[in-house]
This record gives sequence, C-alpha cells and structure tokens, in this order.
Amino acid sequence: MKLRLEPNLDAPDDFYQALVDLHRDLDAAQTLLVNARLILLLANHIGDGGVLREALRLARDPAAGAPAPARS
Amino acid sequence: MSSRGHIDARAPVLVVGAGPVGLCAAIDLAQHGVKVLVLDQDDSLSEGSRAICFAKRTLEILDRLGVGEQAVARGVVWNTGKVFLRDRLLYQFDLLPEPGHHRPAFINLQQYLMEQLLVERLKMLPGAELRWRHRVTGLAPRADGVTVEVETPAGLEHFDCDYVVACDGARSPLRHLLGLESRGQVFRDRFLIADVRMQADFPPERWFWFDPPFHPGQSVLLHRQADNVWRIDFQLGWDADPERERQSENVLPRIRTMLGPDRPFTLEWVSVYTFQCRRMDRFAHGRVLFAGDAAHQVSPFGARGANSGIQDADNLAWKLCAVLRGEAPPALLESYDAERVPAADENILHSTRSTDFITPKSDASRALRDATLQLAEFFPFARRLVNSGRLSLPSVYRDSPLNTADDAAFGQDACGPGAPAADAPVDTRDGRSWLIDEVGGRFDLLYFAGADGVPDALRERFEALRRQPVPVETTVISARGMRPDVGRYFEDIDGLFAARYDAAPGSAWLLRPDQHVCARWRRFDPDRVRAAQRRALALPALETVT
Ligand SMILES: Cc1cc2nc3c(=O)[nH]c(=O)nc-3n(C[C@H](O)[C@H](O)[C@H](O)COP(=O)(O)OP(=O)(O)OC[C@H]3O[C@@H](n4cnc5c(N)ncnc54)[C@H](O)[C@@H]3O)c2cc1C
Repeated sequence: MKLRLEPNLDAPDDFYQALVDLHRDLDAAQTLLVNARLILLLANHIGDGGVLREALRLARDPAAGAPAPARS
Repeated sequence: MSSRGHIDARAPVLVVGAGPVGLCAAIDLAQHGVKVLVLDQDDSLSEGSRAICFAKRTLEILDRLGVGEQAVARGVVWNTGKVFLRDRLLYQFDLLPEPGHHRPAFINLQQYLMEQLLVERLKMLPGAELRWRHRVTGLAPRADGVTVEVETPAGLEHFDCDYVVACDGARSPLRHLLGLESRGQVFRDRFLIADVRMQADFPPERWFWFDPPFHPGQSVLLHRQADNVWRIDFQLGWDADPERERQSENVLPRIRTMLGPDRPFTLEWVSVYTFQCRRMDRFAHGRVLFAGDAAHQVSPFGARGANSGIQDADNLAWKLCAVLRGEAPPALLESYDAERVPAADENILHSTRSTDFITPKSDASRALRDATLQLAEFFPFARRLVNSGRLSLPSVYRDSPLNTADDAAFGQDACGPGAPAADAPVDTRDGRSWLIDEVGGRFDLLYFAGADGVPDALRERFEALRRQPVPVETTVISARGMRPDVGRYFEDIDGLFAARYDAAPGSAWLLRPDQHVCARWRRFDPDRVRAAQRRALALPALETVT
C-alpha cells in the first residue's frame, strides 16, 4: 500500500473544523495528549508499516514528498 | 608492566571475574577438558540487589553446565506478567504459552545464590581453579599469549595464559587497560531497588504498575525471589537525591504505603541505581575476549544483562576449546563477534525502548506514552504498545558465517540455522527426557526417520561421522510408536519435534556444541554434514568431494 496524497477526505471543511474544535479550551499539555491519542487511534486503523513510515517522514519534512520540481 | 619474565602460574585460559558470566564460561571450558583459572578481586560472592530473573535459555545452558536442576529447585518459577495502570489491571502476558518445554519462561533467584551454585559446580570440576582476592592490574598481550599482572594477598604475581576471558563487569578494568571503550547512553532517571523479606501470598508473577496510587506519577515493579524475599523497584525521577533516598527513614514509608500498614517486613538491601545501555565496538581483541557486562550493558527492564552474558559464555566456550585443541583455526573466534555483537544490539534495542517508555525523554514522548496508557485502558491495540520491559529471549544467529544456507524449503517458524535448538519431550532408551537435555557439548546430528526406519547404509555413515577426529553424534528421531533399532534414538512422543522443526522423513539437522542449529537438510548426505561442520569450525571448505 502507498500513502494516499491525492485529496481523499469526505468533507474537508467539516473535518478541519472538527479537528480545531477538538482542541477548544485545552491548554498546551492537554492538546499534546489529545493529538497523541488521535495519532495512535489513526495509526492503528492504518496498520500498514510502509504507509505509516511514509506519513512520519512527510510529517517531519513535507517537501520530501513533493514531486520533483520541473526547474527551468 | 614487563611481558614475560618470572611467571608464577600458567593456564591455557584465564577468566577474570567470578560473576555469573565468568563462572559459566569457566565451567563450560572445564567441562570441555580445558584447564582454566578464574581470578576475582573480591573475597566472596556478589552482594546487594542485582540480577534475579533468569530466562528459559539460561536455564537450558545451566542444565548443560550441571546446575539447572538446582537453580530451578532453589528459585521461584514464573511465566506470567501483569501490567497495571493506577489500581487497575491493564493486561497480562504469558511468556511460555505452550506446553512441551522442560524449562519455564523464567525463574527468579538472587544473583548471589546463583553464583553460589556456580562456584560449587566449578569446584567439582578437575582442571578448574578459582582464586579470590586476585585483582588484575596489568595485561600484556603477545602474539602467542597474554601475561597478566595480578595483585594477590601474597603480593604482585605474574600469570601467563593463551587466552584471557574478560568478565570483569560493567566497569571492566581490563577494558581500560587495553585503552578500549564501551559507548552508549545513560538514562536520566533513578530507581530505588529494595529487597524486602516478608510473608505474602501474592502469586509468583511479574507485576508492573504505571502511576500506582501508592507511588503516583512513577512506575513500580514487584518480583518474588527465593526465601520470601521480594524485589521492589521504585522509579524516582532524575531529580531524586540518591543519598537521601537510600536512608531507611525514607525507604520504609515508601514500602509501607505500598504494602499497607499491617504487613510486617524487613529490609534486606537498598540501593539507588541509574541505568545505561552501551557496548564495546568489538568483543574479541586478539587473545583477550570480553563477555558479559564488560562487553555490553543494558537497563534491567527485560532482564537481559546476566541472561545475555551467560549466552556470551555459551557462545565463546566451545569455540575457545576447539581453537585450543587445534580443531579450529583462531579465526573461529571472530565469529564470537559476528554472533554476539548483533545479539548485544538486539538486547540494547529492546532495553532502550523499554526504558524510553518508562522514562520518556521529552514532553512529546511523555505525551505519547501517557496517551498510549490512557487508550490501553479501553482498547486492546494500545496494550501492544505499552512497554514495561520485553523479556529476554535468546538471540538467533541468523546471519552467522558459521551457518550453512538451506538448500530446501522449511516452514517459516521452524527451528533453523542460527536458532538455539527448540525443546520437545522425547522418549529415549532410558526413559522420558527432553531433547534439549540430550544434545550439546559436541556436534549433534538429529535425523528424522520415516516408517521404513534406518537403512543399514545410513547406520554406517552415522558411525563414520561418529569416528571423525571431531565427532558428530547422530540421534535418530522417530514418530511415536516407532523405535528404530539404532544406537541413539528418541521417540517424538507428542509430535512436537516434528512440529517445531518441520520434520519430514529423511530430514536432518546439525547442532553445534552450544545447541544452536547450524545446518539442516531434507536429505541426509554425510559429505554435506562434514562440509557444514567444517564451516561451523571456520575451517576452509574441502575440494569438492564426490
Ligand atoms: C538492579 C539490577 C537488577 C538486575 N536484574 C537482572 C535480571 O533480573 N536479570 C539479568 O539477567 N540481569 C540483571 N541485571 C544485570 C546483571 O546483574 C549483570 O548483567 C551481571 O551481573 C553481569 O555479570 P558479569 O559476570 O558480566 O559481571 P559482574 O557480575 O559484575 O562480575 C564481575 C566480576 O569481576 C570482578 N572484577 C572486576 N574487576 C576485576 C579485576 N581487575 N580483577 C579481578 N576481578 C575483577 C568483580 O569482583 C566481579 O565479581 C541486573 C542488574 C541490576 C543492577
């Protein structure tokens, strides 16, 4: 399996808002924890080591996944 | 120091350090008929809170060394671990979930009791000698041997030997004498280790708490040892003051809070430790071979210190013996590095991961750890991520230069090249036994016979292998109910040999003296057995024999 990078979310704006709402009224430490739980839940759902490794790599360095720019 | 000159004593092998590793190495060598002298700077066994958990593979090695039965009888047998979050059981694991093994997953036995058994065993062996209060202070390796300078009660003495096995512990003066280093990391945390004597009927299990009510925010580990002694291990954090924490007025309340006010106990020993993971780049340095904590060190979560050190000894002894007897070239000792350095890395990896889980290094890793524990309370998937120690398993020397590659297919999980022989219950001519207790200390060939038994032609070939200068002893194994009329046979009474080795009629396995498999075949061919044995002894291949 490959990490999907083309748009894939059902309702992008709704999801984004839900993600922001998730952190409402939380302090920095609580936010860190909620994010960690979210990552763990999603990672288990994905399961595939190759997909997860690719996501970890791009999370740290998004440019590493960009298609090679056609420079002139 | 000057090399040579006056020599007070000589031995083929000098073992420095009478800890568990040095003692096992010395017993193994002496059992192989090699004269060995063990020196230790102390005047008795180790004291204090050190190793307690000895793993199945260690017990199998101890069986071969003649003390397995006593160790198991003296120790506390356990297979189950429980992990608690606060006051709730998160999950439990069984380290030996299947029957058909002689030895349990673990026993707990105080290190000094284990050492006592080993010292008694060593003293029974002709050709082995142990000298206390002998501190090695100098080392002069030459091409043909090593001269060692030793401080003794009678003054400075010089000993000469062919090889030194350096089992002189984590601080290893010998490592320093050779200008060598053990590199790695120190974990920024402190642990209060208390050995407590009390009457309690908790089951013999490993109990690990994260954030228990009696020690909030930290972890605690409880283990039962022999003689009603219990090991309690309190995580304290990096800022704790080790001197203060060691005082009984601070230790006693901690333990009382844990055990409740009504349980009487006495303190046997208290220490505060900081742990580290590190190793030397290489363990074999010409005629000086490092083993145990001198070569590599881990944190105790996972019980991989003494257990892996004893596997070093198991790996090294037969090789040293083969080289000293002229059966193998000195190059065989290079395989000690090739096999035990990756083993150390495996142990360090597991130990580091456990320690990082128990003592997170950053805010982010703490958040991930806490999130994992919170999810683990409700969802099984997260329990697989909780790491309170991955307990010692033997290393498989998969990439060893001593292995012969398979030339036929075997099941994926079958015991194969590099793995220690898997155990199975067997019936022998002399009654019930265990496979693991019947092999080792020499090259063994296991041959699985079919319904047609063992043809005469094969018997002669087995006999020829047995009469070699370095013998290969064949044991015929047959399915239940068939007893081939050959010298040595085992009946695979529960079919577990066939299952664990993926055996088919005609299959054969070659085992090294340390019980590790080094080759296997679907068809027995004595020339291939000889070639595999030569390879396992680091001897050059013969011209193709036809
Ligand atoms: C709290 C704690 C818990 C542990 N729990 C476990 C566990 O459950 N399971 C496990 O497998 N491991 C455990 N370990 C690790 C285990 O104790 C060590 O791995 C083990 O002792 C290493 O054995 P060794 O023979 O290599 O070295 P040591 O036991 O350290 O022995 C070295 C010997 O060398 C001698 N010596 C040193 N210098 C010289 C010299 N110059 N001349 C002569 N002699 C010298 C010393 O006197 C000593 O006797 C634990 C460790 C700690 C601290």
